[in-house]
Amino acid sequence: MTPLIDYILHLADSTLILAQRNAEWCGHGPVLEQDIAITNISLDLLGQSRNFYQYAASLIGKDATEDSLAYLRTEREFKNCLLVEQPNGDWAQTILRQFFFSVYQQLLFIKLENSKDEQLAAIATKSLKEVNYHVRWSSEWVIRLGDGTAESKSRMIKAVDGLWTYTGELFEAASYELLCSTEALREGERAESESVGIDPSSLKEVWMKKTAEIFEEATLSVPENKFMQTGGKEGKHTEHLGYILTELQYMQRAYPDSTW
Amino acid sequence: MNIQIVKFYYGDIPEDKAGAAIVSNLTKSDWPLWEVFIRSKQGLDHKHVGSLHAADAQMAIENARDVYTRRMEGVSIWVVESKYIHATNPDDAEELYEPASDKVYRHPTFYDLPDEVNHM
Repeated sequence: MTPLIDYILHLADSTLILAQRNAEWCGHGPVLEQDIAITNISLDLLGQSRNFYQYAASLIGKDATEDSLAYLRTEREFKNCLLVEQPNGDWAQTILRQFFFSVYQQLLFIKLENSKDEQLAAIATKSLKEVNYHVRWSSEWVIRLGDGTAESKSRMIKAVDGLWTYTGELFEAASYELLCSTEALREGERAESESVGIDPSSLKEVWMKKTAEIFEEATLSVPENKFMQTGGKEGKHTEHLGYILTELQYMQRAYPDSTW
Repeated sequence: MNIQIVKFYYGDIPEDKAGAAIVSNLTKSDWPLWEVFIRSKQGLDHKHVGSLHAADAQMAIENARDVYTRRMEGVSIWVVESKYIHATNPDDAEELYEPASDKVYRHPTFYDLPDEVNHM
């Protein structure tokens, strides 16, 4: 496994797991229109993860396929961030998780569009259109619920309290992120835009600014710095991921190599 | 849910209500109904495609995008709250539409067109 493969798998895993979480809403959305909206987003994310997995599989070679990478790895091999594996909870938790992740993805893909790696740049460009809408949609909801009724506001506050601790990890570079983003430097190139990957710590400031903006409009307060959970990117997950994979991978595990 | 929508028909709109329908028994948690119009291509007109529920216009447009344009049906969306749409009363169909049925001379089909004129 090269750092590049790890990096791609990290991008793929985060989108796959959030796609799976959002898909859990299918048929259970608060109203029909939002049921369709959240599952549309789920499918967007699934499409993104497929692009990343296919690219990773082509680099790994041998028998690797997008399916083997998604269905036949264990939770210690998954490199998704902890945020995306958190339970759906109520609608407030789901849309806040989406908002945190989409803003992060938006900033990441804007930079990744300039990646030295053409394939990653192409995936970023294609995904960015979808992500821009996810940001718009989830921002609207954060504002709507935060600045809504007493009930919706208290649920948003609870969601912020529960999820904030998983936001720090987004901007803490894992070993492979660091290697992919500094590769260019070692080859004597200077601009970060010409590296393969992005050092996520460079996204933090803008992310905080955007979050603070939306929170202000939503009359929510940004939590003071507090303890941040990390580990997901290096394969150390919360207990939830095991359950997600059990469901996600059930068919391939129970009936290996089955086809339609 | 026990929603009664009282529609005012054309010519029968009380001034003070400015044409809005009275929706009674509408609880706070029920979102109003919106009609959705989609333009499928540049240059074509917006066509009515259906309706949906949303709390406000912004949400209605986003919902319309998610519900009605997921298979590339459109390039532009209009939404209008259903209560602002006024309709003719189906009971009046006889007096409104039938008088036109025996007036074929209103169709421009009684002219002899020169062969040179195409596309008429």
